[in-house]
Amino acid sequence: MGNRENRDEASNMLVGENVPAKNAIEVKGLVKSYKQLKVLDGIDFAVKQGTVLALLGPNGAGKTTTVHILSTLLLPDSGKALINGLDVVKEDDKVRGMIGLTGQYAALDEYLTGIENLHMIGRLYRLRHQDVKQRTRELLELFDLVEASNRAVKTYSGGMRRRLDLAVSLIASPPVIFLDEPTTGLDPRSRLIMWKIIKQLVSSGTTILLTTQDMDEADHLADRIVVINGGKIIAEGTSDELKQRIGSERLEITVAEASDFDEAKKVVDEDGLHFDVKRRTLSVVTKGGVHQLKQVLSDLDDAGIEVESVSYRSPTLDDVFLTLTGHTTEQSNGETKDPPKG
Amino acid sequence: MAKPSFSSDIQKEKHSKVFWALSDSWVLTKRSIKHITRNLDQLFSVALFPMMFFLLFRYVFGGAIDTGNISYVNFLVAGIFVQMLAFGANYTTMNLAIDLQRGIVNRFRSLPITRSSLLTGHVAADLVRNMISGLIVIGVSFLVGFQPVAGPTDWMLVFGLAILFSLAISWISAIMGLLVKSIEAAQWTGFIVIFPLTFVSGAFVPTDTMPEALRLFAENQPLTHVIDAIRGLLVGTPIGNSGWLAFAWCTGIIVVAMPVATWLFRRQTLR
Repeated sequence: MGNRENRDEASNMLVGENVPAKNAIEVKGLVKSYKQLKVLDGIDFAVKQGTVLALLGPNGAGKTTTVHILSTLLLPDSGKALINGLDVVKEDDKVRGMIGLTGQYAALDEYLTGIENLHMIGRLYRLRHQDVKQRTRELLELFDLVEASNRAVKTYSGGMRRRLDLAVSLIASPPVIFLDEPTTGLDPRSRLIMWKIIKQLVSSGTTILLTTQDMDEADHLADRIVVINGGKIIAEGTSDELKQRIGSERLEITVAEASDFDEAKKVVDEDGLHFDVKRRTLSVVTKGGVHQLKQVLSDLDDAGIEVESVSYRSPTLDDVFLTLTGHTTEQSNGETKDPPKG
Repeated sequence: MAKPSFSSDIQKEKHSKVFWALSDSWVLTKRSIKHITRNLDQLFSVALFPMMFFLLFRYVFGGAIDTGNISYVNFLVAGIFVQMLAFGANYTTMNLAIDLQRGIVNRFRSLPITRSSLLTGHVAADLVRNMISGLIVIGVSFLVGFQPVAGPTDWMLVFGLAILFSLAISWISAIMGLLVKSIEAAQWTGFIVIFPLTFVSGAFVPTDTMPEALRLFAENQPLTHVIDAIRGLLVGTPIGNSGWLAFAWCTGIIVVAMPVATWLFRRQTLR
């Protein structure tokens, strides 16, 4: 959250104060089906140059499919997608020259070293030999991979692979980058490193479309967030706009006895009450600070309900979904699964 | 920490389409050749498997097989050599299937490269692997009593035909690699095709004792022509039309299989 001001400055410098920023990515009415299953059901959004857009949604929402269409790996059934004004279907070769893609699974050659992976992809982007070498050195430095650069990738840890994978997609400094769940499965430390790198990229003027299942990640990195579910956009806006709708912080109470849970739900009857029977938790949007906390606890105490713990937390993807659709991500996606990736 | 630089810092080279097609293929061939040196078990298994057949037929079955007026070991070498080339091509199927299963193929597809270059890379590396295994097989054959009569020109022709045959069968393997659904399937598909083709041929036994239908198949399938041509060049047995037929078969297969494989690879992008 702390970096947003810096980033806005940087993007303003790029496009100039008074010139409206152009759209680096434009998507209109994108539809894609696999046999009977409609994976994308009319998606529209635009990403301004030098900004980050997060596609937020659960598994099977259509995030990866969208990224695959934008990176020319898939053809849409209908609709249009433009990268810097170029059609991803008709001008696919030109589009490929200006995008970088980092997928959910590290797309690296296991038997080659870090340097060899970077050199190979650099040359396939058709850069000059000296540029490939120079960029490789810079990227290894930037991603803290210099020491491991002469080892085969199969000896790398998960975090190192993800970093190298991102480095490889940056070798040609493409103006538009797609990051498909860049931090899924990473430990917290590697995740923070990735966030730092992504922020640096944006501050240098790169346009980024990232997908995530994590509200917190979208909040940290994105200028705009598009919430998608079942192939449809269900909400869109800046992080602040979304938070106004879903509340910025939640008070979560864990009830000690499962038998008290239904009673507790009645007692804490506030707007935007979310609950999870399995974990015996209730959560409400915080408003009144200490007063609200005291009130809720004394109400529960009056009803003779024992409270196990109390905490404040930021909203999760489930909270977003409960607020926007009235059901959790699991319920809404029982029958739609991601098509096989590959 | 260095800042990522702007895209304008980097120049793309300007060359013709043909130049880039060759460059892309060469970059991906180098990649696959590096796999050979870092994955020596593949190379050894390619040479080892035919070697076991070699010793088995040379010392166990060989004595009971009548090859007329040439010794069995002299008869056998061409068969083993071609079998080795055919088995080796299975690695195109395998390595392609592995690339397709893992994320890396999506990366290649998102790059501004010539589409067929990934296939060309695998096939070309396969050729290199086959040539190394081929030299090992020929080397060993001398140790077990092989006495060729081939002159330098004959050896050159053997070498040329081996390259052509290896390319032909690798392109078929590329098609199989694009069609199989898993790496496991890639392992056995090759053998399902290559086993009957190598055994129902003139590789290990003269075809004239086979039942009529089998004999007709064995005598007219491409592997027998390739084997007969190479055998004739190495030890002086009559070649007949086999030389031209082998050349025609291999060239024909390449001319058909190459565009089919490229088309299949492109089509998979457009699901």
